[in-house]
Amino acid sequence: MAKLTLEELRKMREAGKKQIDTRQTHGKEIFVVIGMGTCGIAAGAKSVLNAFIAKLDEKGITDAVVKQTGCMGLCHSEPTVEIKMPGMPDTIYGKVDAALVDQLIDEHILGKKLVSGHIIDRPAGDIMK
Amino acid sequence: MAYKHYVLVCGGTGCESSKADDIFNNLKAEVANAGLENDVQVVKTGCFGFCEKGPIVKVLPEDAFYVEVKPEDAEEIVKETLVKGRIVKRLAYADESGKTSAIPEEIGFYQKQMRIVLRNCGLIDPEKIDEYIARDGYAALEKVLFEMTPDEVIEEMKISGLRGRGGAGFPTWMKWNFTKQVESDVKYIVCNADEGDPGAYMDRSTLEGDPHSILEAMAIAGYAVGAQQGFIYIRAEYPLAIKRLEIAMAQAREYGLLGQNILGSNFSFDIEIRLGAGAFVCGEETALLASIEGKRGMPTPKPPFPAVCGLWKKPTVINNVETWANVPVIITKGGKWFASIGTEKSSGTKVFALTGKIKNSGLVEVPMGTTLREIVYDIGGGIKGGKAFKAVQTGGPSGGVITAKMIDTPIDFDNLIAAGSMMGSGGMIVMDEDDCIIDVAKFYQEFCVEESCGKCSPCRIGTRKLYDILTKISEGKGTMQDLDQLKEIGEAMKRAALCGLGQTAPNPVLSSLHYFYDEYLEHIQDKKCRAGKCKKLITYTINDNCRGCTLCARKCPVNCISGEVRQKHTIDATKCIKCGECMKNCKFDAIEKK
Ligand SMILES: Cc1cc2nc3c(=O)[nH]c(=O)nc-3n(C[C@H](O)[C@H](O)[C@H](O)COP(=O)(O)O)c2cc1C
Ligand code: FES
Repeated sequence: MAKLTLEELRKMREAGKKQIDTRQTHGKEIFVVIGMGTCGIAAGAKSVLNAFIAKLDEKGITDAVVKQTGCMGLCHSEPTVEIKMPGMPDTIYGKVDAALVDQLIDEHILGKKLVSGHIIDRPAGDIMK
Repeated sequence: MAYKHYVLVCGGTGCESSKADDIFNNLKAEVANAGLENDVQVVKTGCFGFCEKGPIVKVLPEDAFYVEVKPEDAEEIVKETLVKGRIVKRLAYADESGKTSAIPEEIGFYQKQMRIVLRNCGLIDPEKIDEYIARDGYAALEKVLFEMTPDEVIEEMKISGLRGRGGAGFPTWMKWNFTKQVESDVKYIVCNADEGDPGAYMDRSTLEGDPHSILEAMAIAGYAVGAQQGFIYIRAEYPLAIKRLEIAMAQAREYGLLGQNILGSNFSFDIEIRLGAGAFVCGEETALLASIEGKRGMPTPKPPFPAVCGLWKKPTVINNVETWANVPVIITKGGKWFASIGTEKSSGTKVFALTGKIKNSGLVEVPMGTTLREIVYDIGGGIKGGKAFKAVQTGGPSGGVITAKMIDTPIDFDNLIAAGSMMGSGGMIVMDEDDCIIDVAKFYQEFCVEESCGKCSPCRIGTRKLYDILTKISEGKGTMQDLDQLKEIGEAMKRAALCGLGQTAPNPVLSSLHYFYDEYLEHIQDKKCRAGKCKKLITYTINDNCRGCTLCARKCPVNCISGEVRQKHTIDATKCIKCGECMKNCKFDAIEKK
């Protein structure tokens, strides 16, 4: 990638914004976003990430992408995972472990139902909106 | 098939104990009654942090937020909100001004947090510059380079009222302006990411979650003051933050957002990382700069201030990570917008690391002026295990305690100083009735003894003296003269120590002495520690509940418990090391601690 000109940076920002809105990066529909700050990793976020990748593959779900993000500040509930997909409210789950990963895939992603007991309220609105 | 509505019932321990289960069941039954099983899903969630107003029920997508819900309210919630799409005003949360969650444009306003510094943390992938850019990343840099003069940048910072988040709260624009005004061929921009006080990890999380915001801010300052080189001083103990910074820097260079002629302008700026070995004093700015120069990290007297004569004697702007993270938003949204948040003299937000005896520990970002009560009870979910709130230590080893009496004081720079504490970097350690105030003061003093660089005697000798006296008091050997000595030495250190470490080290002692004088007296006169923390002042005894099961005698690591099987046992107090193992293991409540 060559250095950006002002024009290119602006275009990239606009294109990126649309991608975030319509969530069509890489043509995928479902986003699994895992909190990978030091606290998340200490609580086991890496094995949750691996479990998601393995299980999605195993179940033949190809329109989902697993991503990492920084700390949401919810240290009491790490590891945290946010699932964003069409037809469902963006949902944050806390204290996720390998067993719950199975349930999240079967019930939330495939069954389009929220999974009781692990949902966490987003701590604040988005000032960038 | 997806549902049309979701009803979230708080299943946190706070709400659970106040009938959340019945509410959950009633809601399910009412949904079935109304024939809505295929349209509505009722689920339990984790704690909302709002336990004081529990039980909590939230309905999506309406975002109706109901508080203090009773099991019998289920019918009304279903009939009104789910069937007719109306908010049940009676149950909607209203803040002091009477605003309720029934106002649609106020969605989410029940949330006390506001995320400016942490705006991207938990939202973007920190290792992908494109995601940062898509959230207005580098828009501020673009704006200053092509639309603003350096003076206008500094003016915008002035309007914002941003004060340094590294502890002292010095106005950021003034620092920048000092550096700008000095004539010099070379100037430097430094990011202080040393973050060494116990219990604080805000800066680490910000760097891990949003490294580009720091790079962008430093470049903006470089443009404003006329510097071309920046350094990030970060402790080697933060490997993930370092890795993400390195990735971010490489990506920014590739895009030409760092390096020569940024975005084709004639402004050039680059950044290097310097690793610290983890000495607390290296967070102090003059020691930090010495450390970057490759010298031993020891402070030097101020003035001259770094802004005028800093790194390699060149004018240097040094700011804290959180301070930097605010800068791009101030430029894109305007200083006026920023100044409208928080209090008059402390604008914006502050990130706190909430730890200790709190139910929901974590990072919280709130507008300045939020009260401690709101942080502890409306965000943190209150004290763990239903114990009584005792105090909060803010400012770590440089700060002091805020007591229950001050729980409704709006938190900002000036109010904390007036209370004998300080903002510090934002560690907030919550104490309950089981914490001994002298034990806590001793802990911080021990930290200062170890971290004192030893260059000046008020700090080197003073911290040791304070620690010795506190130890003496905690062992029940203190005298009333000791209290006078604590004050005298502490006051002398404040005035005579070379740097902030020694000047603030007595704060935890002086503030606890001021607010918990009676606990000091108890330790000295009654030889008692009400929290049962000071080991020399407690004794373990066995009462008549003892069945002679011998478990405690077997668990005791020093064999100081004796007795026949099925006979009451006794503890030899002269040998007991007060480890508490017997009490922890006894099944009959037969061990007493006094
Ligand atoms: C003993 C000691 C330790 C400090 N540690 C830090 C630190 O870890 N991080 C930090 O940003 N500032 C720390 N400071 C404050 C810095 O000296 C300086 O005031 C700060 O970096 C200025 O940035 P700001 O204006 O953005 O707050 C420390 C000060 C003292 C006296
Ligand atoms: S337990 Fe429900 S809000 Fe905390």
